[in-house]
Amino acid sequence: MKKIAIILLVALLVGALSTAALAEADKPFAGTELKVYNCYDYIDEAVLDIFEEETGIHVNYLNYIDNEALYTRVSTGAEVYDVIVPSDYMIERLIKEDLIAELDLSNIPNLENVLPSLLDPTYDPGNAHSIPYMWGTLGIVYNTEMVAEPITSWTALLDENYAGKIFMMDSVRDTIGLALKTLGYSMNSHDEDELAQAGEWLMAQRDSGVVGGYILDQAKDMMANDEAAMAVMYSGDALYAMDKNDKLAYVIPDEGSNIWVDGMCVPKSSQNKEAAECFINFMCRPDIAQMNMEYIYYSSPIKQVVENLGEEELASTAMNPTDEMVARCEYYNDISDVAYLYDDIWMDVLM
Amino acid sequence: MKRSWYASPYALWMLLFAVVPLLFVCWYAFTTPEGAFTLTNFQEFAKPRYAAVILRSLKHALYCTVLCLVIGYPTAYFLAGRGFNHTQSLVVLILLPMWMNLLLRTYAMMTLLDDNGVLNAALQAIGLPKVKVIGTEGAVVMGLVYNYLPFMVLPIYTVLKKMDYSVIEAAEDLGCNPLRVVTRVVIPMSLPGIVSGITMVFMPAVTSFAISTLLSNGKLRLAGDLIDYIFNQSSNPNRWNIGSSFSLMMLVLILISIGFLRKVDPDNEGGGLW
Repeated sequence: MKKIAIILLVALLVGALSTAALAEADKPFAGTELKVYNCYDYIDEAVLDIFEEETGIHVNYLNYIDNEALYTRVSTGAEVYDVIVPSDYMIERLIKEDLIAELDLSNIPNLENVLPSLLDPTYDPGNAHSIPYMWGTLGIVYNTEMVAEPITSWTALLDENYAGKIFMMDSVRDTIGLALKTLGYSMNSHDEDELAQAGEWLMAQRDSGVVGGYILDQAKDMMANDEAAMAVMYSGDALYAMDKNDKLAYVIPDEGSNIWVDGMCVPKSSQNKEAAECFINFMCRPDIAQMNMEYIYYSSPIKQVVENLGEEELASTAMNPTDEMVARCEYYNDISDVAYLYDDIWMDVLM
Repeated sequence: MKRSWYASPYALWMLLFAVVPLLFVCWYAFTTPEGAFTLTNFQEFAKPRYAAVILRSLKHALYCTVLCLVIGYPTAYFLAGRGFNHTQSLVVLILLPMWMNLLLRTYAMMTLLDDNGVLNAALQAIGLPKVKVIGTEGAVVMGLVYNYLPFMVLPIYTVLKKMDYSVIEAAEDLGCNPLRVVTRVVIPMSLPGIVSGITMVFMPAVTSFAISTLLSNGKLRLAGDLIDYIFNQSSNPNRWNIGSSFSLMMLVLILISIGFLRKVDPDNEGGGLW
């Protein structure tokens, strides 16, 4: 009787030990601290708790305002981060300057969940350095009650019927980019002559008096409150405005537009690259991506999340543009070598 | 401890946050990003947009100053008058907006004057047509006046308050009608206050920024906005140098204006800051 009890006890102990060992093997990075540096208000923070619980990794979650701020912190080595989430053109620049590491894609099996149209992008061939986190397009939001005809072209922004009710973005790349697109050029033009034409287009638009303003964050509220007829906007902001006002529609003009992707990368200076890849893989898990999409309300690059969208969202150009619409969009490339040209034009338009 | 030492915390503060930054501005204005001496930063201003921006800033600052004077002088005169008992509370009312941050006040103005804002809602409620304010030149001038009006009222009020009232009584006794009392006695005697008020309104108005961008929906930008753009958004590698040289030019412009105004009020009776 006593023997049996001892055997049972030993068996129990062994069992307990082995499950503990199993748990250990399950959490190879337990105790690691990951510094995740992401854009402000750009995650459902509940997913971080899930991640910490599942992996035992402690996440130190930090925020920046925009890509330029991120670049300054990373390039000066002010602090060492493990995961950062820059936009496409910034990823290209960081690769060029050898600041982000090549990823071991075998550690990120969930990459197969990413929409094929977003894989192998021009800014990072083969996704060697970045995994898509959120994405979207640039387009025109318009009020279908105020604007009679459906908009299909950027030239709608010249329509004098809506003088003072057309809002442009206070953003160099986007505004000059759409003018370039209207004239049939690339949004990444390096050509002085093409850029000069785009500048003239914008100045003619300004001088004709149709522009109500060059603004950023206010545009979505103005559209939501029926204060503007049309505004150039990112799809994410468009979704916010359309959520508040049923009369709004979003279009990616026929001439083409910008598609942007924010990608998760690991800086070269990171000491925890494998744990960082584990985090990136986790973020590509359908249930986690779903939580983030619902919180941020931007388009998620994860297939299963797209399949889960409601009928209305699936039909929404802002949330789920068709492959054909995506095909006519281009990513921004790093244009720092001709940035002074863009600057010059932009100051002439604004000042 | 000597009395002159009492001001040393302030002197240190000014040294760190006014004198040293100013030296930096001078340094950057005359150097390349590599630190070599150059005058090329000033060549940038051959481009027509700089002259246009400076002229626009001067024009709007002038509008603002004239309006502040027209509104502010009668206000100050009324406040300084003898028969009025609630002066203190009114002065507090004038000062009250200054206790709030300038940006907050400007955002409040935007909410009030927007196309669908409080003002237009009120107009509609009583059956009047809407007015377009935000996004116009008028909105910018209005914003400047709103922000700088107290700087006009207070120095004039101070001077009028100190004025010897018997002088006015004497003028009246000697047969001056009320209008002539104001034009021949009160205004000349309050000239130092007027000069001080004009200085304190015109200077910040000409270099103001953000107010103009916000209230014009980004359509009307002043010199301050241009400097802000050059420093913060430009991708030019020389942006600190060009921004500094432009700031320096604005500073010289202001110093020249102060020089002119001091000729009118050599003894600094206006109790101004200058």
